[in-house]
Amino acid sequence: MELSNMETSNLNELISQSLKNRYADKFISEEQQYDFTNYTIDKSVLIDALDFLKTDPEIACNFLTTLCGVHMPDQEGSEFGMMYQLQNMEKNLRIRVKIWMSKDDLHLPTATGIWPSANWMERQEYDFFGFKFVGHPDLRRILNMDEMNYFPMRKEYPLEDGSRDDKNDKMFGR
Amino acid sequence: MSDIKNIEATEVQKEYNILNLGPTHPATHGIFQNVLKMDGEIIMHAEPTIGYIHRAFEKLAEHRPYNQIAPITDRLNYCSSPINNMGWHMTVEKLIGCEVPKRADYMRVIIMELARISDHIICTTIIGQDTGATTGFLYFFQMREKVYEIYEEVCGARLTTNIGRVGGMERDFSKRAIELLKKFLIEFPEYLKEFQSLIERNRIFMDRTINCGPISAERALAYGFTGPNLRAAGVDYDVRVANPYSRYQDFNFSIPIGTNGDTYDRFMVRIQEMWESISIINQAFDGLPEGPIHADVPNFYLPEKQEVYSKMEALIYHFKIVMGETAIPKGEVYHSVEGGNGELGYYLISDGGRTPYRLHFRRPCFIYYQAYPEMITNGLLSDAILTMSSMNVIAGELDA
Amino acid sequence: MSIDIKPEFKPDGIEGAGFFATSLDKVVGLARANSLWPLPFATSCCGIEFMATMASHYDLARFGSERLSFSPRQADLLMVMGTISKKMGPILRQVYEQMAEPKWVLSMGACASSGGIFDTYSVLQGIDRIIPVDVYIPGCPPRPEQVLDGILKIQELTKSESIRRRDSPEYKKMLEQYGIE
Repeated sequence: MELSNMETSNLNELISQSLKNRYADKFISEEQQYDFTNYTIDKSVLIDALDFLKTDPEIACNFLTTLCGVHMPDQEGSEFGMMYQLQNMEKNLRIRVKIWMSKDDLHLPTATGIWPSANWMERQEYDFFGFKFVGHPDLRRILNMDEMNYFPMRKEYPLEDGSRDDKNDKMFGR
Repeated sequence: MSDIKNIEATEVQKEYNILNLGPTHPATHGIFQNVLKMDGEIIMHAEPTIGYIHRAFEKLAEHRPYNQIAPITDRLNYCSSPINNMGWHMTVEKLIGCEVPKRADYMRVIIMELARISDHIICTTIIGQDTGATTGFLYFFQMREKVYEIYEEVCGARLTTNIGRVGGMERDFSKRAIELLKKFLIEFPEYLKEFQSLIERNRIFMDRTINCGPISAERALAYGFTGPNLRAAGVDYDVRVANPYSRYQDFNFSIPIGTNGDTYDRFMVRIQEMWESISIINQAFDGLPEGPIHADVPNFYLPEKQEVYSKMEALIYHFKIVMGETAIPKGEVYHSVEGGNGELGYYLISDGGRTPYRLHFRRPCFIYYQAYPEMITNGLLSDAILTMSSMNVIAGELDA
Repeated sequence: MSIDIKPEFKPDGIEGAGFFATSLDKVVGLARANSLWPLPFATSCCGIEFMATMASHYDLARFGSERLSFSPRQADLLMVMGTISKKMGPILRQVYEQMAEPKWVLSMGACASSGGIFDTYSVLQGIDRIIPVDVYIPGCPPRPEQVLDGILKIQELTKSESIRRRDSPEYKKMLEQYGIE
């Protein structure tokens, strides 16, 4: 256990150094959140960075665990974020790569060219938040109905079904 | 079945049919639609549609206090709900930095392995059913009832269990639960052995399943496979070993792997995992230590009812927990457990409020089901059905 | 406590040596009730409990529902088990329309009956918004015993139903409310 911890912290050091060297000011920040290191980078270098993290023989984070979007309406200028969680199964290293974008421009490059598994995950985030993945082979809604005309996971939309009329607001204390 | 696949379509045959499989097809074990382009019996192209039971778990979780999210997780992979519950509790425990006592961890391991067994019972018997061996289903399914009886004794529910609380377990195993568990540990291996010998070397079963819906290890990794399906393809990745949680490092067990990643391998991996689970339960049961069953986290763990009636503090904590008004540290945390189908992960962003700011479920089914079209293309229609049941796609987890 | 064991359900009628006379309604009802062909429309968790009901421990076959009909055209009883999302709603309705009269609908579990805990944008808040329902089974999910009880309730309905009910103006009006022809 001890050895692998040392190894992963060395690897984290390596990742942070290589990303800084490669992208200079496009590398925005690095942050430790519990057992994960988060690397925030600029949207323009996303695909290059993901590809580098996957193919670099030392780092070899070749497994895309999951990706998910987040909507933070209070952050002016970078309301929408996207998180990619990568994993090196052999060395048991897990990292997170994040990008932020403004609500006016939700275009971002697709990762389907690197991992086929990103296909549906990206469709799901499109369905929930309306991210436009440029170059995605089949960007349609996946879980909701095709006729739906809004992106339900955004914070401004309500959770509840609007068609119910049996709810008395007084009873719910609202 | 491989020799049939290689027959090249003659000119006459090159007229394709479109076949709509689902969403309510008896052979699909759930609600999935597949539009298939067929050349006779051979699938040329498949187009899956999902989302027929999308229930908006992620949005729902943003509106619920932490304790009230556990019942939602029950309904993710409802064949093995306790694993989902425990995964969620461990995520919150990680966020608040809470150490669970050893006894609670061992109890969790016992419950989680029972859940894995009950999940694999469904999958293996359904594979049997789809190849025509209904006996296996009717016979082996009784064992699920035994697991349910233990669940009922531990938590009161059969399927949507909501076992455990943040910080430990809600109550200790009762005398009867221990009796039932002991009985199960004696009975189950006999049933499993019999079921295995019924199907494992059956000529018809082997002919139907070997080389049916295979996937290579590289493709499986590229498609984000985890769990038994990845192990059937030959990758020995298991969250219980890679990132041990709930003191799995205390137990001695092996990870069964397959070679071809076909339906037969997926079946055999699950059968072997049941043997390993039984061994883990035996170890945990024998080594079950005495001690408290929950950590000292008054902000999350409901106080004793007697104390609520007699003590001021207990009443305050009770009120705060029930109303969901507990203070939570800010931060983001990811925790994953080895669910019945693979790595079930919870990615939680907390802004310190009473509900999660964002909760993302990494649902193994959703991620690996996208490989399904590739796995069934150039195969027979009947193989497509078997491939689906052997992948154990659970609609609740798929659509969230 | 002595348990009063009743003989097999026998309709009221006039009995004599070698004959038994009753109304046609009751005979037809008796026949229908004990040979219901259910169509399991299982979507989620409740479907697993339904599997338990069908399996050897609870064995629904004891009540004359041995044969599941996966084709709506041959089914008598539509058992809706699990969450029905808005995406699924039209399909459920189509299945209902494809069934031949007489038909009964059993709504199993909280989700099918009212949306349950999923009061969300994507879930239909109860299937009775799109099709008429005869019996609701509460629970999340209901125990197999409850499912058996629900089936027995349906059997009671079928036994007492007049064979002309489906031609009555009330029934047609009810279908019209749902927009079903």
